[in-house]
Amino acid sequence: MYRTTLQGILLASSILAGVGAAAAADVTLNIESWRNDDLQIWQEKIIPAFEAKHPGIKVTFSPSAPTEYNAALNAKLDAGSAGDLVACRPFDTSLELFNKGKLEDLTALEGMKNFSDVAKAAWSTDDGKKTFCVPMASVIHGFIYNKDAFAKAGVEVPKTVDQFFAVLDKIKAEGSYIPMAMGTKDMWEAATMGYQNIGPTYWKGEEGRKALIAGAQKLTDDPWVEPYRVLAKWKPYLGDGFEAQTYPDSQNLFTLGRAAIYPAGSWEISLFNTAGLKLGAFPPPVVKDGDTCYISDHNDIGMGLNAASKNKDQAKVFLEWVASPEFASIYANALPGFFSLNSTAVEMSDPLAKEFVSWREKCKPTIRSTYQILSRGTPNLENETWTESANVINGTDTPEAAAKKLQAGLDSWYKPAK
Amino acid sequence: MTDLAPEQGTEAARRRPRRWHIFVFLAPAVVVYTAVMILPLFETLRQSFFNTVEGEKVFVGFANFATLFGDPRWAADFWNALRNNFIFFLIHMAVQNPIGVALAALLSLPGLKFGAFYRTAFFLPTLLSFVIVGFIWKLILSPIWGVAPWLMDLVGLKSAFGPWLGKPGSALIAVSLVSVWQFIGIPMMLIYAALLNIPEEVIEAAEIDGIVGWGQFFKIKLPLVLPAIGIISILTFVGNFNAFDLVYTMQGALAGPDKATDILGTFLYRTFFGFQLQLGDPSMGATIATMMFLIILTGVCIYLFGIQRRIRRYQF
Repeated sequence: MYRTTLQGILLASSILAGVGAAAAADVTLNIESWRNDDLQIWQEKIIPAFEAKHPGIKVTFSPSAPTEYNAALNAKLDAGSAGDLVACRPFDTSLELFNKGKLEDLTALEGMKNFSDVAKAAWSTDDGKKTFCVPMASVIHGFIYNKDAFAKAGVEVPKTVDQFFAVLDKIKAEGSYIPMAMGTKDMWEAATMGYQNIGPTYWKGEEGRKALIAGAQKLTDDPWVEPYRVLAKWKPYLGDGFEAQTYPDSQNLFTLGRAAIYPAGSWEISLFNTAGLKLGAFPPPVVKDGDTCYISDHNDIGMGLNAASKNKDQAKVFLEWVASPEFASIYANALPGFFSLNSTAVEMSDPLAKEFVSWREKCKPTIRSTYQILSRGTPNLENETWTESANVINGTDTPEAAAKKLQAGLDSWYKPAK
Repeated sequence: MTDLAPEQGTEAARRRPRRWHIFVFLAPAVVVYTAVMILPLFETLRQSFFNTVEGEKVFVGFANFATLFGDPRWAADFWNALRNNFIFFLIHMAVQNPIGVALAALLSLPGLKFGAFYRTAFFLPTLLSFVIVGFIWKLILSPIWGVAPWLMDLVGLKSAFGPWLGKPGSALIAVSLVSVWQFIGIPMMLIYAALLNIPEEVIEAAEIDGIVGWGQFFKIKLPLVLPAIGIISILTFVGNFNAFDLVYTMQGALAGPDKATDILGTFLYRTFFGFQLQLGDPSMGATIATMMFLIILTGVCIYLFGIQRRIRRYQF
């Protein structure tokens, strides 16, 4: 992954140098993003497709590292050096930028009618009246598994939680695969791929999430503690030294074929496809067979317009194109695992991506519980969830203690509307 | 040997005409230093007294400090970071500096072969970027691909290996030792230079008096390099309480596991710039920065007035 990024950067710099010299008369739009893994796709597929139709507008994609993006973008916007177009994180991070006047109001954009209210929710004001980013894609959580490992241990895809642990036990007993590839070093794996992955089944998706925001439920209530109890049981199935295992370590363990199950986000699909393994996927298991399944179908990325941009007209042309079904189709197929939010259905060719998106039909989707409104204050609920999820798996905190800490942190600043 | 003479000639200076060229020559340095160091410092101090209330920046007096120390969560985070920072510093003082002195003493031995090679080898990590050091050690200590478990296996110590960077009990010690490994060259070089400065006559006199070997080191050389050790201690103190980079590259901005490696620098970074969904809070960030400034200032003052003045300097 790093090598392709590096190659991409080298490529980008040479292309940039070329563009600067040759096409001084054209307007160049700069895109800020945290998706540095996608550099190649933007340069080889998305940007050429746009430029072919819109002569006179050049586009460059200049991503930064995911963990640094928010801080870097804030600093650049304040300093006036940010690109014309900015990739929008969902919910409050972008809402804050909009409220500060850093992002342009895009409600009137023609292409916005291509998106449902749910799709736009992540980039709209709380009352839903103004939208400031064009929704691009969502990601779905689930589990990706190695079919060979399952065959070797003689197990079937689990449907219920009990079956899930039975499968893990068998793989562990069989011994040639690490049952589950996940580490707690980077912490967000435990929170995002763990807690937010299996959690919606217990708190019943949107129902629980909205109740939490309304104050009708608390994080110390059973639907919110139970996922932690289940998560704590994962510990024996993780690899040796999982406490120091980082996210790239987990990815490598799985793509090298050393692990059987990977708690995943659908964004992993394109990377995992390159490994040449036989892979399948299953949604988070339910408690009892026949229960409704819930999946985290999280609005992940949108694109907004820097209010200080000098090329707003051209940028709007680009955003209209981003909102079009044509872009949706290119994007969803170039990046299997980033599912279009466009109302027009997109035909995808990747089998793993198709499997993920098929859960939308039978399971109820929700978004990550900590993202809307609840991460507005200090201490930040999302960051605390990272720490506590890792603590629960490491055994540093009991599930109950972790839930208590989270709720206490939330109570210290969040007063739900009564 | 005499103590350093006090400054002389102030009387003479008063009688001479004002020498303008001094100001002219000082001006560039003063202007640049003021612009990039002093103004930002005062701006930071000023910002710690302001906060955003209902969208407007207003003067709040010591309210930010009251939050930092009064709010149980802020206070817990701050004291946790401060305690970790002290542990970080103590490990440096207990490991880096004695080993640095020992290495310097060995290097300055007269008949040492390959002295230049050792000197370069020990100093090399200091020249490396902290990013490289951080990633190299993260890889070395990785329980999955690292060479550490393999090497320990070779000598039958596999069972003693653990995922140190991921355990709350050992992560801070591991990170501190990596930092020690990186910066060991600095005390070594400073002490080495000080040791070379000791004149031959003093050593010869000691030898004639029958003081050789360990005795010579502890009774003659060590007292003569004490001022250098003092300088190193204060450099270590300032460096450690400003540290951020290594922890950030090895453990991330949340300084995990469970904030076990959170030091003031990472705490400041998270607060000031924000992290992931957490938005930056410049006011509280500036408050923490001010506290860091005060802590370092206090430490340096204790050193300057409490220790530096008592150290005897020798002039040959």
